[in-house]
Amino acid sequence: MALMSPTRPAHSRGNPDRPSRRIGFSQRLGRLDVKVSPYLYISPFFLLFAVVGLFPLGYTAVVSVYEWNLLGGQGDFVGMQNYVDVLQQPTFWKSVGNTFSIFLLSSVPQVIMAITIAALLDQNLRAATFWRMGVLVPFIVAPVAISMIFGRLFADQYGFINELIGLVGLEPIAWHGDRLASHVAIATMVNYRWTGYNTLIFLAAMQAVPRDLYEAAVIDGAGRVRQFFSVTVPQIRATIIFVVITSTVGGMQIFDEVRMYDAGGLGGPNRDWMTTVVYLYDVAWGNQKNFGRAAAVAWLLFLLIVMIGMVNFLVTQRISTAGPKQSKVSRKHTKRLLAEARAAGAPGGVRMPPTPPGAPAGSGIPSPPPTPPARPSTGSPTTNSGEDLR
Amino acid sequence: MSSVAVTAQTAGPGAARAAAKRRRRVPLGGSTRRAGRLTYFLLGAVLLISIFPLYYTLLLGSSDSVSIAQNPIPQWLPDSSLFAQFQTVIASDSINFWKALWNSTLIGVFSSLSVVFFSTLAGYSFAKLNFRGRGPLLVFVIATMAVPVQLGIIPLYILMSEIGWYGKVQAVIVPGLVTAFGVFWMTQYLSEALPYELIEAARVDGASMFRTFWSVAMPAALPAAAMLGLFQFVQQWTNYFWPSIILTSQNPTLPLVVQSLRDNYFVDYSLVMGGVFLVTLPLLVMFFFVGRQLVAGIMAGAVKG
Repeated sequence: MALMSPTRPAHSRGNPDRPSRRIGFSQRLGRLDVKVSPYLYISPFFLLFAVVGLFPLGYTAVVSVYEWNLLGGQGDFVGMQNYVDVLQQPTFWKSVGNTFSIFLLSSVPQVIMAITIAALLDQNLRAATFWRMGVLVPFIVAPVAISMIFGRLFADQYGFINELIGLVGLEPIAWHGDRLASHVAIATMVNYRWTGYNTLIFLAAMQAVPRDLYEAAVIDGAGRVRQFFSVTVPQIRATIIFVVITSTVGGMQIFDEVRMYDAGGLGGPNRDWMTTVVYLYDVAWGNQKNFGRAAAVAWLLFLLIVMIGMVNFLVTQRISTAGPKQSKVSRKHTKRLLAEARAAGAPGGVRMPPTPPGAPAGSGIPSPPPTPPARPSTGSPTTNSGEDLR
Repeated sequence: MSSVAVTAQTAGPGAARAAAKRRRRVPLGGSTRRAGRLTYFLLGAVLLISIFPLYYTLLLGSSDSVSIAQNPIPQWLPDSSLFAQFQTVIASDSINFWKALWNSTLIGVFSSLSVVFFSTLAGYSFAKLNFRGRGPLLVFVIATMAVPVQLGIIPLYILMSEIGWYGKVQAVIVPGLVTAFGVFWMTQYLSEALPYELIEAARVDGASMFRTFWSVAMPAALPAAAMLGLFQFVQQWTNYFWPSIILTSQNPTLPLVVQSLRDNYFVDYSLVMGGVFLVTLPLLVMFFFVGRQLVAGIMAGAVKG
């Protein structure tokens, strides 16, 4: 290359423009490639999200202020009338209550069960993969299938669950008649499908917990239960928050399980187990075929989810800052104690950092302080290290 | 270029896997507790609970609706009358079973491939390429995961009807072509598993940006991409909400078959349960072969997320 380059000008003199222009063009193309490619590669996601995510969400607001029917299409502008109508419907409020009830019944036991099973799996097991696969089996069954199956298990007459209950000596429960009982049944389906999945997520988090923490706990005399509550649970706190948040978003949108729970699929004759998403479906495609009103329901549900998300965020924020902050304070405290102890030891000149021989006396070497706490800014190495640690 | 690809295959994911193995081996050493009998007993109970509903489906499918209506456990073992139910379901005019199986497969395969390709492309860009606005855009992608996009369902329905896609499978495929989860997942994986040196080597060799992606990043992303594809496949296969709105029972997916079974044969529990098991069977078979990878994928994603 170095030998070639001097000859180049001679060549290009005979053919003044062409080679340089060609290089320029391919270079420019290459530079364009470098500049545009990153955006080109991420653009499919953003384009698709704009069309099937963002636009529909925004346009829902537009639909919600019009009279708009499934068959008739767009009608007159009605302002907030659809919202007023929805808020005046007792069924809407009932569905919101049902959603909350089912959500609580499904999320709380689910997280507790998943952590417990994960703790069982987080041991030196034989055939570990087999057990892990076992808990994941329900995840591959479609929710609609689960709902059909559990609809039979929870049958009011001669159902399997009622038979079990009868063995204990209890009266059979009207799983398709009583409001709370139906919520328990539907929450059971949600738990059935998702507990194993969340178990694996917790298990992964537990396996990331440093094992020496357990060793330390054992040395301190902690039993298994104490280890679980004092080491495992605090260590996987972030994962618990993650699972709670994802199950909140999912729990607010329960649909499949309700649709297949009985013959009608709209939450029973009294709408006792109709969730808000099923209500939305019913308004838009079921009995009313009223898109405007359904869009209003969608927006109200959206606001509800955002509100719960914010509450979630605030609560978890407090939980997550409470723990580490405490430990940070205590760590700082111990560091300070350590620094003080070092300062106390400094006069003996044992921990003195090596100073260059020709260094001016005032810069690095502190005069032996008369009092142990060498806090004042004498430029002593001990306080410096204390500051670094902070 | 092929040599570059080979290097990527050996140094990219292989190195990451070896590192993960090393990491796992050190802390787990010998300090883990050995599981006792109680553990196995409890896990056995959990396993029983997760399997039992499927087994119960087989039992009901082998029985007849009269004994089901009078007996919580009509029989203890499934028998050959189950196959008669399968045949009835497949032959039924109102069910369209083969069409549903074909549609579900089509949607699952197409959507998985597409999610893998576009997510890897975007993940590669976010993880390894420098461009203005990279940080905020990635934050935006992650934020969209928390947005319940299902609530935009009414305009989406209007949109699909306007362009004449009502009742057609592309109405289900297109919204699932690329997901925020996939992009995030591949970004996480590639930022660890793909060394910059490989990209630079390919660029020095004169590969274009896309060629670099295809020959270096894609092979390195393969393990995570396989898991992502699997996950997407299961999601699409079990998805009901959107297909139930945009598709019809003439052109259904398998979850819609469950709905047709209920609508047409609700009191014939035996037939319905036989059909429900038939619908579940394909994924069960698949799970038998790739369940291990699915477990590994969920656990790997959990640590990063």
